[in-house]
Amino acid sequence: MALRDDTLVQNRRGFLKSGAGLLAMTIMPSGLIVGNAWAQMPQSTDPDTFKTLVQMSRDCYPHAQIEDKYYANAVNILDEAARSSEEELAFLEDNCAKLDKAAMDAHGVRYSEIPSDDDRTALLKLIETDPFFQKVRGNLVVGLYNQKELWPVFGYEGASADKGGYMDRGFNDIDWIS
Amino acid sequence: MPAPFDHNDSNVVVIVGSGAGGGTLGSELAQKGIDVVILEAGSRHETWDFINDEWDSFGQLAWKDKRMTSGDWQVAKDFPNLPAWIVKSVGGSTVHWAGASLRFQEHEFKARTNYGEVEGANLLDWPIDLAEMEPWYAKAEDRMGVTRTNGIPGLPGNNNFKVLEAGAKKIGYKEVHTGRMAINSEPRDDRASCMQIGFCFQGCKSGAKWSTLVSEIPKGEATGRLEVRPDSHVMRIEHDDSGKVTGVVYADAEGREQRQKARVVCVAGNSIESPRLLLNSNSSMFPDGLANSSGQVGRNYMRHTTGSVYGVFDKPVHMYRGTTMAGIVQDEAKHDDSRGFVGGYELETLSLGLPFMAAFLMPGDWGRDFAADMEQYRNMAGLWIVGEDMPREDNRITLADETDEYGMPIPNVNFDDHPNDTAMRDHAYKQGSAIYDAVGAMRTIHTPPYPSTHNLGTNRMSERPEDGVVNRFGQAHDVPNLFVSDGSQFTTGAAENPTLTIVSLALRQADHIANRMGKGEL
Ligand SMILES: Cc1cc2nc3c(=O)[nH]c(=O)nc-3n(C[C@H](O)[C@H](O)[C@H](O)COP(=O)(O)OP(=O)(O)OC[C@H]3O[C@@H](n4cnc5c(N)ncnc54)[C@H](O)[C@@H]3O)c2cc1C
Ligand code: SF4
Repeated sequence: MALRDDTLVQNRRGFLKSGAGLLAMTIMPSGLIVGNAWAQMPQSTDPDTFKTLVQMSRDCYPHAQIEDKYYANAVNILDEAARSSEEELAFLEDNCAKLDKAAMDAHGVRYSEIPSDDDRTALLKLIETDPFFQKVRGNLVVGLYNQKELWPVFGYEGASADKGGYMDRGFNDIDWIS
Repeated sequence: MPAPFDHNDSNVVVIVGSGAGGGTLGSELAQKGIDVVILEAGSRHETWDFINDEWDSFGQLAWKDKRMTSGDWQVAKDFPNLPAWIVKSVGGSTVHWAGASLRFQEHEFKARTNYGEVEGANLLDWPIDLAEMEPWYAKAEDRMGVTRTNGIPGLPGNNNFKVLEAGAKKIGYKEVHTGRMAINSEPRDDRASCMQIGFCFQGCKSGAKWSTLVSEIPKGEATGRLEVRPDSHVMRIEHDDSGKVTGVVYADAEGREQRQKARVVCVAGNSIESPRLLLNSNSSMFPDGLANSSGQVGRNYMRHTTGSVYGVFDKPVHMYRGTTMAGIVQDEAKHDDSRGFVGGYELETLSLGLPFMAAFLMPGDWGRDFAADMEQYRNMAGLWIVGEDMPREDNRITLADETDEYGMPIPNVNFDDHPNDTAMRDHAYKQGSAIYDAVGAMRTIHTPPYPSTHNLGTNRMSERPEDGVVNRFGQAHDVPNLFVSDGSQFTTGAAENPTLTIVSLALRQADHIANRMGKGEL
């Protein structure tokens, strides 16, 4: 289990406080993000940085059925924080640059262009205890998995009181157990 | 004089906290004709305010003030500033709770005698026993409308329960049923019956689930003798030269300091905040904190031995539909040290919604395997382990150097698992897996303990003043008009979920306080 450092602790507290939250996932057949579905989002980070963050997010929680834009929604939470804090912005830019450099050294391309899922995951493994990785990952717990549009992918139905609960909607409909 | 009460009214009983202990005590005292002010740190959210959304509800109800952790427990690594998952809102953690209402077993009141000396544990017998508690349990069960008592039928089993039941019976367990739950299986006590909504932890939107918010407090308020003052965070308890408490100092909604005088003060802030308040109420007369001549205030913190097992099947379960705690296996709740540990444990169904699953299934984990597990969400069945953990002197609440927004030191929760806890957890993980394997699980996942929902023992009850903080009625050994009225009085934790016992003790304490007041002794 990865250890948390102070930065993350602070960060997580911030999320918990706001009632927002923690982490998530993804993997396209190749696990590579395609295009830039988030082009319309206002961004403080450099487009390459944003792209690296989206790819990292997908690699943290790879779900083939989830489109890139949902990972981008999560990254946007980090980007938004960087809009009001130069320190945050520099943190993201510097660390993405570092990750891209590690990718260049090992594979001759940026992180988001490494074709093999295993190669990208191996690079993340090297930094998994770093505050930077933990921030990106921690952000997804809520930033990704709390996006309601994604719940059907997992078979979660969300709020039920407004529908009268599950009394007449299958609370005991299991048919394969005896 | 009817509520609301004046700050200088020194005739009122002041209760800190409106949860299982405080809310019940306040209501019962008011119904006995005694004037009561409950000071509650949280706001008042009613049934119609509750939100069927895990994170939004957490934001609305949970205690989120910063706390610190230390020790080798997994929670300190996974959630360093969130040692406990409990409520800051009128009704306390009974707004979150699942409703499982079990009596302690006879041997559990005498853990030291029955388990013997356990190295590294600070075991002690309760000064009371099951026979003495039985009438109070009966009264509490009636008040709370516990199923399978008082002729109230059990709740119907949901999908999650059906998987548990089939697996448990296959491996030979006998005591398997849909639990004793303080959730209406039929309309009772002006509350509707369960709609199987499935958001029991988020505050029941149908009112079927008992809580002090929907049940006790309104009854107390109807007498005109109970005032519940929300957004009132108590920081200090004051005393006079004779060593009797005289009132409390609290921060109101605007953060202004207020003082409420009192005839009697009862502390019921749950097992982290109650000792924090006593420790912070130190003075020249009580240099180590109020009621702490034994040095036991804050010590012996217990949280039950917990953990979850999720079975992953190849067909849908939809475990989140219907009551969260939908059934129980009780066969392992006995004391039988041939299993390699003392005390026992219960296995109870549990489900989390997808958002909490992401946070709690395997905190900190990432990558393809974790993602694949999450994709099996609809095919999962889940259970929660709740077993007796060992009180330890150094598992304790202390005051940290850091202070909160009111200048009150924040609490640190130190906890090391006792080898008995670990042995019990491992045994329960194995049995939980066996249950699901027996009905065809593809695999099972052993989830580490969540932040503590059961917090116990930090102002424990003892026969002798040197062994604990309060006597058999929850009255402080050192201060005659100071009581502890929540789960922090527990001498030991037993295998059962604690709330029925907290409520029973509160009803008994109300009786005691009213009698003593009637005789002019308080
Ligand atoms: C998700 C969840 C599920 C649970 N399920 C079950 C179950 O099925 N069965 C069971 O038996 N138990 C269950 N529990 C546990 C149960 O809720 C608690 O054991 C019980 O509510 C504790 O009662 P208490 O009086 O000690 O504290 P609480 O009910 O937590 O009440 C304490 C109150 O005091 C207030 N307070 C604290 N400090 C101050 C202060 N300084 N000034 C003013 N107010 C203060 C708090 O805001 C809170 O409202 C569950 C708990 C949770 C969180
Ligand atoms: S399942 Fe029953 S008790 Fe739980 S929230 Fe729904 S109606 Fe209330």
